[in-house]
Amino acid sequence: MAHEQWQTQIDAYLDGELNAEAMHALDAHLRTCPACAADVLARVQLKRAVKTAGTRFTPSADFRSKIQKQIATKPRRSWNFGWTLATATLALLLVAGAITTYIGRQNLHQQQIYSELADLHVATLGSPNPVDVVSSDRHTVKPWFQGKIPFTFNLPELQNSEFTLIGGRVAYLGQTSGAHLIYQIRKHQISVFMFPESAADSLGNSSGVERRQTFNVETWTQEGLRYVVFGDAAPEDIQKLSELLKSTAKS
Amino acid sequence: MPLFEQLYNFAHWLAQNREEAEDLVQETYVKALRGYSSYQPGTNFRAWMYRILRNTFLTSRTGLKAKMTVPLESEEDGGAPVVADTQTPEAILIDRSNQALLHSALEELPVHSREVLLLCEVEEMSYQEIAEALEIPLGTVMSRLSRARAALRTLVKQKLEKS
Repeated sequence: MAHEQWQTQIDAYLDGELNAEAMHALDAHLRTCPACAADVLARVQLKRAVKTAGTRFTPSADFRSKIQKQIATKPRRSWNFGWTLATATLALLLVAGAITTYIGRQNLHQQQIYSELADLHVATLGSPNPVDVVSSDRHTVKPWFQGKIPFTFNLPELQNSEFTLIGGRVAYLGQTSGAHLIYQIRKHQISVFMFPESAADSLGNSSGVERRQTFNVETWTQEGLRYVVFGDAAPEDIQKLSELLKSTAKS
Repeated sequence: MPLFEQLYNFAHWLAQNREEAEDLVQETYVKALRGYSSYQPGTNFRAWMYRILRNTFLTSRTGLKAKMTVPLESEEDGGAPVVADTQTPEAILIDRSNQALLHSALEELPVHSREVLLLCEVEEMSYQEIAEALEIPLGTVMSRLSRARAALRTLVKQKLEKS
């Protein structure tokens, strides 16, 4: 497919409107095309900026109470079967809407966090200096974080595994600092994020590896920390690295 | 009240005026109560509410004025794709101090571009939901979105160059 044709699909891809086959095809193209990958990053940034800027106007408390009163009193003024049925139907819709809104907000918050992590992952891999401490030795990387983040952590021994530690850097989720480690398996680079649990408490624990923002992700909390393993490696590799981290954190 | 904040935010963006936004939201709830029989259970409640609000807006004085600004290009033509360059306006917009610039760019977009962009980015509606809320075909949603994003990007670039 010509370069321009891929570009016409990027909006639908980011809006989650492509079918699975087209999504995978574009995923594969993005791994080999820096121009399209940069375009995706720019469009993600624009989407996020519009979302933030677009959530701008808040109704006043007076106006809210005015509408609430109006909805509550309307049936009494013209009490008849039609109004009763209308009010009951609207009340049911509102309850259903409230539940949907609550779930929607939770999902929205989760999506925002995953979107931030996707930005961190993509921006880091695209940077000429992706990590601030370059070392495959966990005994070098771990002490480097001392005094830079408000917690400590253990890193797994990788001697008998396919994973290599590339290094680490300090990352921020919201206003909270945490550790961002880069691991490599074959040609894939995987981000491991560690933040205090409270920094992303809406994420919950994923049931195994999930697909988020076109990446494979596993997340869990352990010993007061939120772990997120994030990358384009195969789900089995994400899971293997997650298991290594989980067993190390336990010990 | 579910959707209250979202409807108000959307109404304010359409009307660009607090009093008019309040009138729009108030009338939307009244019409929703009166016209409950037109709501088909099992269909999208959110799209139904936004449709009422938007139709109310289109019959208001500001809405009638906005209706006269129609897109000149073919509705199905997505326009030129948005292509990234080295110093992207998007990267600059990450800086929150540029929020005012983006607010003013959004305000300057024609209503048909602003509404489709807000429903997609702020309300995170699917294309199908947007089509239901705006009562337009799916293909038109996609082409309007594409054109709205391109127009926003151009406006942002122009404003960045001026500032």
